[in-house]
Amino acid sequence: MSVLIDLFTLMAVGSGLLFFLAGTIGLLRFPDALSRLHALTKADNLGLGLIVLGLMPQAGSALGALKLLVIWLLALFAGAVASQMIARLVQGGRGCGRG
Amino acid sequence: MTGASLFGLAACVLIGLGLYGVLAHAAPLRRVLSFNLLGAGVFLLFGVAARRGAAAGLPGDPVPQALVITGIVVAFAATALALMLLRRLTALRAAERAADGLRDDPKGR
Amino acid sequence: MRAGMMNASLDAVLVVTLLAVALFSVLARQARAAVIGFIAFGLLLALAWVRLGAVDVALTEAAIGALTAPLLLGASAFAGTEKPASPPLRLALAALCALIAGTLAVIVLAAPEPAPSLAMQAVAPLGALDLGNAVTAVLLAYRALDTLLETVVVLLALIGIWSLAHDENWRDAPASPAAPSPPLDLLARVLPPVGLVVAMHLLWVGADAPGGKFQAATLIAAMGLLLMMAGLTPPPALGDARLRALVVAGPAVFLAIGLAGFLFPGSFLAYPDGWAKPLIIVIEMALTVSIALMLLLMLLGPGARKPSA
Repeated sequence: MSVLIDLFTLMAVGSGLLFFLAGTIGLLRFPDALSRLHALTKADNLGLGLIVLGLMPQAGSALGALKLLVIWLLALFAGAVASQMIARLVQGGRGCGRG
Repeated sequence: MTGASLFGLAACVLIGLGLYGVLAHAAPLRRVLSFNLLGAGVFLLFGVAARRGAAAGLPGDPVPQALVITGIVVAFAATALALMLLRRLTALRAAERAADGLRDDPKGR
Repeated sequence: MRAGMMNASLDAVLVVTLLAVALFSVLARQARAAVIGFIAFGLLLALAWVRLGAVDVALTEAAIGALTAPLLLGASAFAGTEKPASPPLRLALAALCALIAGTLAVIVLAAPEPAPSLAMQAVAPLGALDLGNAVTAVLLAYRALDTLLETVVVLLALIGIWSLAHDENWRDAPASPAAPSPPLDLLARVLPPVGLVVAMHLLWVGADAPGGKFQAATLIAAMGLLLMMAGLTPPPALGDARLRALVVAGPAVFLAIGLAGFLFPGSFLAYPDGWAKPLIIVIEMALTVSIALMLLLMLLGPGARKPSA
């Protein structure tokens, strides 16, 4: 049973890391701010989500697992707000030609 | 080499790097940043001492750790004061420049 | 054995990244890039503290780093254009600093093995305090004087910042950092309750697990700053008597309990038998409020002229 759980953790965390790698490559290689944001949200949402999902059975207690979940939700929320704000800045600069 | 001494070496490099930054940069903000790097190196040395002194079922000696926590907060206070001084200095210089500009037209920038 | 290898390589990757980011921060051409490098450095440093087994320090570093970030980013707008030292001088400085770093490295590597440690002796008497977290116990037992002086230093720094105001604005509110936008508004309405709960949790578990007043206070200050940045709360007037009373409440309570130590157990900052734990809780609570307020006010800066309506 514990082997199965470990396998699940490895798979989930591994694929989460893959999303982080893709997101980082996107951040470095994409040409403009909006597409970089697009790449980053993948790392934040899916990457972190998969890592948290993989770590939850390893947390040892229901409370620990719940804390991990809350961390993911908070990161999601903060990430969404930060992306919105950056995107607004980009749009504002482009839309009306103001600096 | 143990993990702790690896971090000890990193702390030495940070101290050297921070000191170089403080001496080589003339811009105040860069000096403040470098000084913080230097401080981080010193704190890290404390952390390595704490780690090496681990005993009694603790991950590290709590006395240096407590000192570092105090140090981090004091470093923040000093940084905040330095940056506010910098802000005031910049404002004063700008005002001075504006006054100069009014007095003897285009020469003074 | 394999776990040891894993840990060693993890440490190596962390150290290399940490030093690379630090180097970037020192050598970057633009001040803003240097600041961003420094912020990343702070996050990695917090990870390094976790690896060193100092979770209390890691929490402090991460929290304080998050508060320093807006301060530094704001200051990068005032970065001077002063030229760095000339290349030959820089070379000489680099050699000098490398020499100093090398000497320190020799000292670190020559440290005796196993390390002499007084941790046993330091921890043994702390059992009387009934605190599970040795770091918290040290901060409020032997090093209580440090903790007291530290809050006074923070207070002095705050007074220093306040004194940068123009004479006529000394009692006014600082310039508002508000830059309202709908997403920020949402964040500032949803996050502070969560942040306050987490701060209370950090303060309370600080007795037995990593956490404590500094970490909690930093979090509360960050929530306050968020409210003001979203424009939901205006910065307070610095001349307000209640505000000033709250700022000095922590150090004052600490000092009063310390002085009371003269009367009963017989020396400064000594806690009477059996009263240590409740007194420590009172001190921690009062200090949390004061430190949170001081950190927030430091970020806001000196009193400023009201923008004429």
